[in-house]
Amino acid sequence: MGLEYVRITTGFEDYMPKDYVDLVKYGQFGKDYDIQELGTFKELVEEHPMCAGCFMAYFIRVFYASLPKPEDTIVIGTAGCARLQLSQAAVPFIYGNYGDTNAVASGLKRALEIRFPDKVKDVVVVAGDGGLMDIGFGMTMHSWFRRERFTTIMVDNEVYGNTGGQESGMSPKGVQLKMAPKGKKFDKINAVELAKAAGCVYVARISPTNPKRLAKTIKRAIIAARHFGPTFIHAYTSCNIEYSIPTEKVLEDARNREKKDFTFYEWMSDDVKNYFEQIESNKEGQEVKV
Amino acid sequence: MPEQKVVDTDYLLLEAPRERKFITGAQAMAEAIKRANVDMAIAYPITPQSEVMHLVGDLWAQGYLKDYYRAEEEYGAFSAIAGAARGGVRVFTATSGPGLLRGLEAIASWPGHRIPAVLGVLTRVVNAPLSIQPDNIEISYLLNCGAVVLHAENQQDTFDFTLAAFAIAEQVDVYVPVAVATEGFFVTHAKGYVDLTPEDMKLPPRNPYKAPVPPTDNEIPPARIQRDAPVQKSNFMSYLIHAVWQQEVWASTTRAMKYIYKYLGGPIEVINPDAEVFVVASGCAAAQAREAVRYSQLEGLNVGLVKVKAIRPFPEKEIREVLKNAKGIVIPEHNITGWLAKEVKAAIPNNDRVVGGPRVYGGMTLPTELIMDEIYKILGVKKERKVLV
Ligand SMILES: Cc1ncc(C[n+]2csc(CCOP(=O)(O)OP(=O)(O)O)c2C)c(N)n1
Ligand code: SF4
Repeated sequence: MGLEYVRITTGFEDYMPKDYVDLVKYGQFGKDYDIQELGTFKELVEEHPMCAGCFMAYFIRVFYASLPKPEDTIVIGTAGCARLQLSQAAVPFIYGNYGDTNAVASGLKRALEIRFPDKVKDVVVVAGDGGLMDIGFGMTMHSWFRRERFTTIMVDNEVYGNTGGQESGMSPKGVQLKMAPKGKKFDKINAVELAKAAGCVYVARISPTNPKRLAKTIKRAIIAARHFGPTFIHAYTSCNIEYSIPTEKVLEDARNREKKDFTFYEWMSDDVKNYFEQIESNKEGQEVKV
Repeated sequence: MPEQKVVDTDYLLLEAPRERKFITGAQAMAEAIKRANVDMAIAYPITPQSEVMHLVGDLWAQGYLKDYYRAEEEYGAFSAIAGAARGGVRVFTATSGPGLLRGLEAIASWPGHRIPAVLGVLTRVVNAPLSIQPDNIEISYLLNCGAVVLHAENQQDTFDFTLAAFAIAEQVDVYVPVAVATEGFFVTHAKGYVDLTPEDMKLPPRNPYKAPVPPTDNEIPPARIQRDAPVQKSNFMSYLIHAVWQQEVWASTTRAMKYIYKYLGGPIEVINPDAEVFVVASGCAAAQAREAVRYSQLEGLNVGLVKVKAIRPFPEKEIREVLKNAKGIVIPEHNITGWLAKEVKAAIPNNDRVVGGPRVYGGMTLPTELIMDEIYKILGVKKERKVLV
């Protein structure tokens, strides 16, 4: 929306819905809150119909609170649990067909670059493991091969949550799920290595146990995509329903996985590294033109 | 690349001077793209379509388009077309038979997303057993998508329909995709005379804000910022919203008819409106039907032609009117199921007047003699067939 479109025309404040007025007055547009201030500002997403205790819902809350420029961000989602919450945020959202996210994002990002060559418009895909690594695999990989300049965030709950708990390519080997009644026969797909091999310039794997680190990872992935190429975050967002994780144990589970196969991992190209060294040492955290 | 000036849409389509060229159907489609001020095209190879997107790629290389790429496959291509169109640019892509079917889920959702894309459909057998020849069975799969579907008879139609397709698709009261189909090889790879508009004139650019649904570009007051996604609220709401939205999509497709009248002279062409027997045909079959009508005239038989240019919206009223006194109706087609015959039968009373055929498929040519045989049968004309052994 660019800030000028978000602002309320003088005199209209009294007639706009309160929710909207609050978003503009106390929300994230044009401001840069620290994630530790969560709860003190009006958030972009405040309600969702996802299962109680769903870790993906928590991840998406932090995701929206971490957007570097929400007024100029478009989120692309697909079939799967995440879209239930993504579609309720105060950020434009596109929902196409299952697994098409990275093709839609490719077209959208290129169109925005044609029309607004001098403006920053962040395009971010947030989709499930099934969406990105199974049905949409070819489109995910090819968007990376083509070096499309947008961010892909995989919310990996290791299952097809939205359709009732079937095996996905990201389910761990041996796990018994629907459509894998004898247990999954092959290993979890190594999405992070695929992303690196396919040309992503920034790749991270994270279990969202530390909001500060999570926010920084999300910001970095989005900013790096503006200038350098595709970026990818593989986030562990457990499904407490299908994996029977009691709500109060969700964080503990995330910490356990962090100690095993979801240790924090961050990789970036030399260009991206240099760039972050430059902007992050810069006091105002101002972006520099590259 | 010559400097191109933007001219008024109506002027370019209806009044601009024309120059005659002898070119293939693929060239005719690309010549239309050259004049359509297209921002972006996305390609994926398949015979016989590839020729079209090669030529469009050359146009990009020359600077006529701003972006172009070879996609990973058709589903990816058509999904990216949706993304680009929602970003506000004018888009074009083209495919054939199996490619159309591979991308059909994306195409079927274009109208619901209000994507005013133009899609070239250069027909080809849908596989098993393999053939790459022209057979237009794929058009039947397009008919329930909500898109406008035009069927071109020859190279001239291919140029005219493709250029007009952009004007039709982007009307605020239409705003659904327009597919321009024509037969692979018979039209795409064969030359015909085409009267082209001047090379240095192009359509005005797409204005994405003149639309029933705004583009997703964050450059408008945030109508969409209200954090209430009713589709997600309950199944009841989602039924309701889907239902009313699809009603509007199909109403939009219907509203395209007035622009089909304006830019293409109407959805049908009629020769000899007082005929006793009509041949009703679309695409290449219409060219053969035209021949059959000419033969009939030479033989003193009262036979007319109804060429159907628009398959969606289907010109039910117009066809019913022309055929009201017809004794018999012959519908030759390049496919096995006879989708055009079904459409016509559903539109007219006393539809036992319809002879569903002759039909050729697998990519065969459609001999005029087969059409004549059906005409003779209806009129009770006995003909000696000379069989050369
Ligand atoms: C073409 C198509 N095939 C299948 C489906 C059914 N479907 C909807 S969501 C889904 C699974 C979602 O799993 P994932 O992408 O991992 O996301 P999650 O729900 O687990 O977050 C499937 C198979 C569909 N909507 N479209
Ligand atoms: S099914 Fe699993 S991933 Fe989906 S909302 Fe429920 S807990 Fe979350």
